[in-house]
Amino acid sequence: MTAQGNPAGEMSARDTILARIREALRVPAPMPHFQSQEIEKGHAAGAKSSTGLPTLAVLPLDVAKPWLPDGGETPAERLRILAENLEKLRAIVHRLPDMTAAADCLFALARERDWKVVAYHGHPLVEPLLSGVPCSTLRVDVDFDKNRLEACDAGITACESLVAQTGSILVSSGTCGGRALSILPHAHVVIATVDQVVSTLGDALHQAQARHAGRLPSMLSFITGPSRTGDIERILVLGAHGPKELILLLVG
Amino acid sequence: MIANAKKQFLHDADEHVRDTGHRAFVQRALGGYYTSRDTQKARYRDWEHARDAASLAKWSAVNRLDELLPRFVANFEANGGRVHWARDAEEARRIVLDLLRAAKARAVIKSKCMTSEEIHLNAAMEQDGYGVVESDLGEFIQQLRGEPPYHFVFPCMHVRRGEISDLFGKHLGTPPTDSPEELTMIARRHMRRLYVDADVGITGANFLVAETGQISITENEGNARLTAALPRVHIAISGIEKVVEHLDDLAVLLPMLATAGAGQPMTCYNTLYAGPRREGECDGPEEMHLVLLDNSRTAILADPEQRDSLHCIRCGACLNVCPIFKNVGGFTYGTTYQGPIGSVITPHLRGLADWNHLSGASSLCGACTDACPVRIDIHHHLLHNRRNAARTAPHWLERIGHRVFVAVASRPWLFATGGAAFRKTLWLAKKLRPPLLRDWLASRDLPAAPSRSFRDEWSRRR
Ligand code: SF4
Repeated sequence: MTAQGNPAGEMSARDTILARIREALRVPAPMPHFQSQEIEKGHAAGAKSSTGLPTLAVLPLDVAKPWLPDGGETPAERLRILAENLEKLRAIVHRLPDMTAAADCLFALARERDWKVVAYHGHPLVEPLLSGVPCSTLRVDVDFDKNRLEACDAGITACESLVAQTGSILVSSGTCGGRALSILPHAHVVIATVDQVVSTLGDALHQAQARHAGRLPSMLSFITGPSRTGDIERILVLGAHGPKELILLLVG
Repeated sequence: MIANAKKQFLHDADEHVRDTGHRAFVQRALGGYYTSRDTQKARYRDWEHARDAASLAKWSAVNRLDELLPRFVANFEANGGRVHWARDAEEARRIVLDLLRAAKARAVIKSKCMTSEEIHLNAAMEQDGYGVVESDLGEFIQQLRGEPPYHFVFPCMHVRRGEISDLFGKHLGTPPTDSPEELTMIARRHMRRLYVDADVGITGANFLVAETGQISITENEGNARLTAALPRVHIAISGIEKVVEHLDDLAVLLPMLATAGAGQPMTCYNTLYAGPRREGECDGPEEMHLVLLDNSRTAILADPEQRDSLHCIRCGACLNVCPIFKNVGGFTYGTTYQGPIGSVITPHLRGLADWNHLSGASSLCGACTDACPVRIDIHHHLLHNRRNAARTAPHWLERIGHRVFVAVASRPWLFATGGAAFRKTLWLAKKLRPPLLRDWLASRDLPAAPSRSFRDEWSRRR
């Protein structure tokens, strides 16, 4: 390891690269020709930084908001856009009135698909559904055997939020049963409530930052549809390495 | 070999252009992309302006790399990750091999990582006795074929399903099939045990977020997620230019990367990693390392005119729309990064003298520049490279030619006489086919010369 073997060498690589960067940036690059007035104006308003470049008075996401795909203003719009996007992504969505209906739905899924073992994590939305499933279960909250998880038919998780704009589901290693549960089993079942739907990717990221206040989980992942590949003749195939099926149980 | 890069290019290009079957196959494979890209672009309320915002995010990061890279490193280390700096390919390889040795690695699984192609990591690992498996389906196929990627986003887009079936039959002993679905499942089944058994996982990185110290990885298959979840050690390799300042810059860049490059609303998995497994988390690697690679990126940074080529988010859109790429194919470039952006940056990474011929591998139609989600002025940079090459080591013929032209064009009487002589003798060129024109005439008709010059015509009509 470099730290054990050659700390002096490592330091100097760092210093050399940083020196090269400082040297390279002494000549400022021309500003790109932005089409948008907002950005041009924002730049003009910004103060100059040490390198003589304007610091940003505008943030890329702030100016881009009205230009990116629509995520909906009202809860009803968001739900509609989310459902449309998930359908195009070939995710399966079940709208359910309450947790009892969700439990029944999970039961039916396990039956239909003949699941033998499903894995889950301790979470107020997930645990209550597992008591009645017609198969054995594996809980992965604490240390677990990855060989056993590999043999599971489905992983059942909560999520951080659902993004209408892109049909993405945000999961984290902190609140959704770690890193492997949502990717290793052949199917991924997500249980969420309608109030977890947010409009845009930016909203989802801001919410996660606020929720974990300065200590983000070691993994945050936007899942957008079941795993897929187009590597063979650019023909779409679902279930490349991750889950072949992505099933959302949306309660409320 | 390098000295012959140009000859190699001309030879391979000539061969490929004649292979109409191959060209038709690649065109067809890209056909679906054009449709879905247009559908997805239409979902943007203003794609053109959104490109401004994406370009702004990268411009403001690359131009403040001196401030943002150290900030990223400090935050990444605060998250429990370890950073290793590599000035060049050789140093990067040594760092990774040292890490493998320290981890007592027996099995290594790798997800798609173009920087590792750039530093020829696999060959170095194999030489040191480490088995390594590429887990991305396209990269896996290319690894079995013993070929580099054909396209840096679609590595095996040139391979037909029958060839893949034969390949899997030979290496994995599976029965023949012509179903892409079944072929994908063969790879899936083959790989699952490998993720569980590997002790080290190697990935690339698409973005380094300065304010949070996270790295962002974009992929469709889930193989990178598995690679960063199951092995005990996670090593990521990234160019230093991948920094963005804010986490929410990704809310602009991630969807645009997917739409421009693959016609998707979002790539299937966009994952942010902040160090190894946290206390209270149930899995994840015990160690996370990041190799930060310069390898001549600072040379591009030092050229303010072309600095924006470091904004590249490797979406692949410029390849997909490039008439040259579609006609000469990915291998002809002989580079890690193919297509228009590869033609721009390779001369910086590997020397203008040997790689300037790529600046000519363009019709200057500007399709690449129009396609680029971060608005890199790609085709003008090809012109800049041509100009720089002409300045440093002009071809004697060009030098004489330009001198003659300047002498003639700055004297109106000489220009008129010269023009008249040229019009009168043009037919001779067709007849004699001098060596300089022979190649040009091989596939084109020389038009007949007009009887009068433009200036004659102008004064007659006034
Ligand atoms: S240059 Fe632009 S279009 Fe080409 S790969 Fe990079 S980001 Fe994409």
